[in-house]
Amino acid sequence: MTKKESPGTCHETHDEADRGGCEIARRGFLDQLKCAVAGLAVTAAAYVLPLEGQTALGTEAASIPAIPGYDWSKHRWAYGVDATKCIGCLRCVKACKTENNVALDAHHFRTWVERYVYLDGHEKPLIDSQADPVNIAAAGTEEDYRFANRYNNDDVYKAFFVPKLCNHCTHPACVQVCPTGATFKTMDGVVLIDHNYCIGCQYCVQACPYGARFFDHVRRVTNKCTWCYHRITKGLMPACVEVCPVEARIFGDLDDKESKISQFIKNNRVQVLKPETGNGPNVFYIGLDSEVV
Amino acid sequence: MEHLFEAASFTGYVYPNETVFPWGVLIVIYPYLTGLVAGAFTISSLYQVFGVQSLKPVAHFALLSSLCVMLFVPTPLLLHLGHPERAFNAMLTPHVTSAMAMFSYAASFYILLLMTETWFVFREHIVHQAQHLKGIPGLFYRALTLGSYDLSEKAMHYDRKWIYALSAIGIPAACGLHGYVGFLFGSLKSREWWSSDLMPPIFLLSAIVSGTALTIVLYVVACKLRRTTVVLDCLKMMTHVLWGFLIVALVLEGLEFGSLVYKAREGIDVILQFVTGPLLVPFWIMQFSIGAVLPIFILTVMFWRKTTGRNLIIGATVCGILALFEVLMMRTNVVIGGQDISKTGKGLLSFPWVFMGREGIFAAAAVLIAPFILLLGMVRVFPPWGEEPTGREELDFTDPCAPTLAQLMVDRDLSRSEE
Repeated sequence: MTKKESPGTCHETHDEADRGGCEIARRGFLDQLKCAVAGLAVTAAAYVLPLEGQTALGTEAASIPAIPGYDWSKHRWAYGVDATKCIGCLRCVKACKTENNVALDAHHFRTWVERYVYLDGHEKPLIDSQADPVNIAAAGTEEDYRFANRYNNDDVYKAFFVPKLCNHCTHPACVQVCPTGATFKTMDGVVLIDHNYCIGCQYCVQACPYGARFFDHVRRVTNKCTWCYHRITKGLMPACVEVCPVEARIFGDLDDKESKISQFIKNNRVQVLKPETGNGPNVFYIGLDSEVV
Repeated sequence: MEHLFEAASFTGYVYPNETVFPWGVLIVIYPYLTGLVAGAFTISSLYQVFGVQSLKPVAHFALLSSLCVMLFVPTPLLLHLGHPERAFNAMLTPHVTSAMAMFSYAASFYILLLMTETWFVFREHIVHQAQHLKGIPGLFYRALTLGSYDLSEKAMHYDRKWIYALSAIGIPAACGLHGYVGFLFGSLKSREWWSSDLMPPIFLLSAIVSGTALTIVLYVVACKLRRTTVVLDCLKMMTHVLWGFLIVALVLEGLEFGSLVYKAREGIDVILQFVTGPLLVPFWIMQFSIGAVLPIFILTVMFWRKTTGRNLIIGATVCGILALFEVLMMRTNVVIGGQDISKTGKGLLSFPWVFMGREGIFAAAAVLIAPFILLLGMVRVFPPWGEEPTGREELDFTDPCAPTLAQLMVDRDLSRSEE
């Protein structure tokens, strides 16, 4: 051999004994590698298997700090919308943006209102929301909200408004797909996002069938309605409910049989949006139409 | 205020938050790259596991291509993430119900598998280089030996067993990897365009198509650059593989679209409006006609006429490029097209194409090209061509003391660079 080698390496000599020794060494290395991989797998399994939905670390990361004087095991929040009452004033949208510091443009909304207009002789409704360019033009700015009187010259057969927001589903597809557990379902029934843990992949935005999630381009994380969790845990109503002048938005605790939401669900035939998804929405509607999306 | 996003224009009614597309061009590139990995690995495994001897000239090259592309698979995702510095949260604290979190393990396992197999495949070369080279290159190869210098027949037999085992594991892993990418899209019930049980097999088959096409094109280009002759048997075998998988992929895509239209669930009006409007050129002409039907037709004519020689090389390369284009268009039409159709089922969005920026077309093109620049370097570090006559040097391969072909190539390159 012409090569120069350092002592101690297997290739110094090519006699049978050394070759065997070298191979044993390599086999040993591979065996050790296998043991290490197996060890890692067992450790990983120990981490993952005992937990439902999240790993121990995932739960810890997604947990929120305890709120003084609030026990989330004693509440079961739900939301109601009486579409027959909504007048499309859009105060809820304005209040939500202000309360939750949502970007003041036409592309980021925690809540919005849809308008359905059936013109005479038409089977399908014309649908728009406050984010429609015509309505923005009527408002004069993206920071204000208005429904333009765009059907002034038409014969309107029927028309109604439908407020929309996150449905805080019982089986939320957004939580299912989140790779880190940054978005999670609280014990009191609210779907929240840990903005310090979200990686901003937007898989949850894709998974939500209601279009309720959006990407916060400033913080570079996903954002959505929290039912004003910072308010409801202090005994207050969500901002949108608070400002609604016609009580089209109802919020409360299902565990309290006398709460407005319990009474709303008890006294009405309620519907949810897109029940076929199996997500189990917790925003209950009355006054919907088959064409509501 | 800094320009933070591009808003899409739309027709009909779309949810207000839908006007900013969650996923852009980078997420088109991501499944494209994983597909190339799975496909190239399949070509390598056809030789390693199933003993398809005609694929021997490209077996190691396909493996190396697969590794180079795989190393860049996380790049588009990292560029896309809002917080790439938190990317490892998905692995450190995985959410077990998330397809994406579990995919990160599958992808990591696959990278490890590719690296291990590559090490075994090129171990002989690594040892030779470690013994012959001095300085930093020598140090590099000595580190790569991992202390294993044994090239005895017994040791090599042991290596071959590992290569076989890793390739055998790699086939289901590669299939799983790319089927899983299809699952990432197909499992989302929020989008009618994606929500299909056929999505995983469609992604998988188109992956094999793209990987095979890539190997064909790269092999021909490599032979051209190295001024060596293309082994026609090898090329012919790859065209057969390409032809077969193209047909199956096309049939599956047709079945998926057919069942979507036939089932005609809510929102089908908008889907039909979409495929006959904005998607007419990208889907029917570019993906379906030019990308799939044309190469199948060309290949069929070539097989029928028993085309060989220069015409075979030209035909195979053209079909390879067309198939690569088809799969890229398929990824675009799935990823972007899926988001063009509003979740309301009542409106259509128009994706705002941007060239510059982190998620622009230039960034995506750079990510797409990067693996091949790496491959250019890798084929010099790990020459994958085996004992192939170059027509320049007469080598006696029976002489164990003779320098390897790779060594001669390195020497030649060094002398060229000195010139």
